[in-house]
Amino acid sequence: MAGVKLIGTAQSLNCIRIEWALKLKGVEYELIEEDLLNKSPLLLKYNPVHKKVPVLLHHGKPIAESHVILEYIDETWKNNPLLPEDPYERSMARFWAKFSDEKCIFGAYEAAWLEEGEEKQKAIQSAQELLAILEKQIEGKKYFGGEVVGFLDLVVGWIPRWLNAMEEVGGIKLLDAERFPSLHEWSQNFMANPVIKECIPPQEKLVNYFNFGISYRRSLAVAKP
Amino acid sequence: MAEEVLVFGTWSSPYGRRVEMALKLKGIEYKYIEEDLTNKSPSLLKYNPVHKKIPVLVHNGKPVAESLVILEYIDETWKNHPIFPKDPYERANARFWAKFIDEKCLPAIRKACWGEDQKEREKAAEELSKLLQFLENELEGKRYFGGGTIGLLDIAANMIGYWLGVFEEASGASELLTREKFPKLFNWANEFVSVSAIKESLPPRDKHVAFMRKRFGMVNTSK
Repeated sequence: MAGVKLIGTAQSLNCIRIEWALKLKGVEYELIEEDLLNKSPLLLKYNPVHKKVPVLLHHGKPIAESHVILEYIDETWKNNPLLPEDPYERSMARFWAKFSDEKCIFGAYEAAWLEEGEEKQKAIQSAQELLAILEKQIEGKKYFGGEVVGFLDLVVGWIPRWLNAMEEVGGIKLLDAERFPSLHEWSQNFMANPVIKECIPPQEKLVNYFNFGISYRRSLAVAKP
Repeated sequence: MAEEVLVFGTWSSPYGRRVEMALKLKGIEYKYIEEDLTNKSPSLLKYNPVHKKIPVLVHNGKPVAESLVILEYIDETWKNHPIFPKDPYERANARFWAKFIDEKCLPAIRKACWGEDQKEREKAAEELSKLLQFLENELEGKRYFGGGTIGLLDIAANMIGYWLGVFEEASGASELLTREKFPKLFNWANEFVSVSAIKESLPPRDKHVAFMRKRFGMVNTSK
């Protein structure tokens, strides 16, 4: 047996991107569902540093951090490559992946959780400025990876559904089709891919997930003196 | 065709020095451009419009930003003296710990040296101890994080190998990385800074200590 296991949770965008990668390469794996409110001894053993999901186990060896896992998958199973061959193109994919995770997601989340007011408006504007930067990167391309879904598509894959759920819960609209036509078209192409579609949790579950998270975040903001 | 390699950095930044360390290890010639971050050059803004930060490597006119991304680019472009292992699991390990250093250790180091008050500094020092223990364990049976020779993770750990000592001295913080608590890491740091490509890439120590002291103050004095 290939011995591939993935410790993850159903709504986590960081976990789903790993499932996408494994499925795109036709790698069979066992999914071990984790309860983050009651972390298992397995998770604490295999990711003692961060105690977070996802964790990939391959022949019993753990790999954590989603970008690290994606690169490991790409280097271990060489069919349907996720990263381009050219070193410069690879560095661009890595750069934009960092940008998407470190800036765009947090920007969108902030715009969603903030309560109505000037700060929320500013956050919405900032989040859209970040999306505009991604828009430029996808202009003229079917996928960030070119003709086929690649590493950067998987990392930016939070946009079609997770962003949508954040928008619904936060009462905002960030991904405006008129303002971001290329990103909008990319979302549709991405979602049309059967492997991608197969792994996405139902909208209802994502909305519940963000409802929980955003209510909690708002309660923290109120509690702060 | 003649190759042109430019490195935009600042003399005291560990991130910029990482890039220089990797290039020097591989014997790649480059032109270094010192940036004044209070007055960023049009070139920096052109080559890194997204973050407007250093370091930026420009190879034959094409810019690469973010130090860990640059290190991987360097290793994939100039294949002599590889700084990354070949095995995918070892590579994943190196990437994981490099991220760990940047996302966890560096903030803890800054707070331990220059936190707002004694309590915050003590808490950060305790946290840093726990983090350093992970790295201590990683060095088990190895001379360098890269094994027998300096690798990507050693370069990424330059903050711990050298800058930490400078910060301790500048801020007056008590030694955070001691031989007693972290014998392997302590040894590693001494070996690391002795490698000529690394030694040549370090900022001048006295100037560095004075600069950090002036910039952040000497907070850990007995009151």
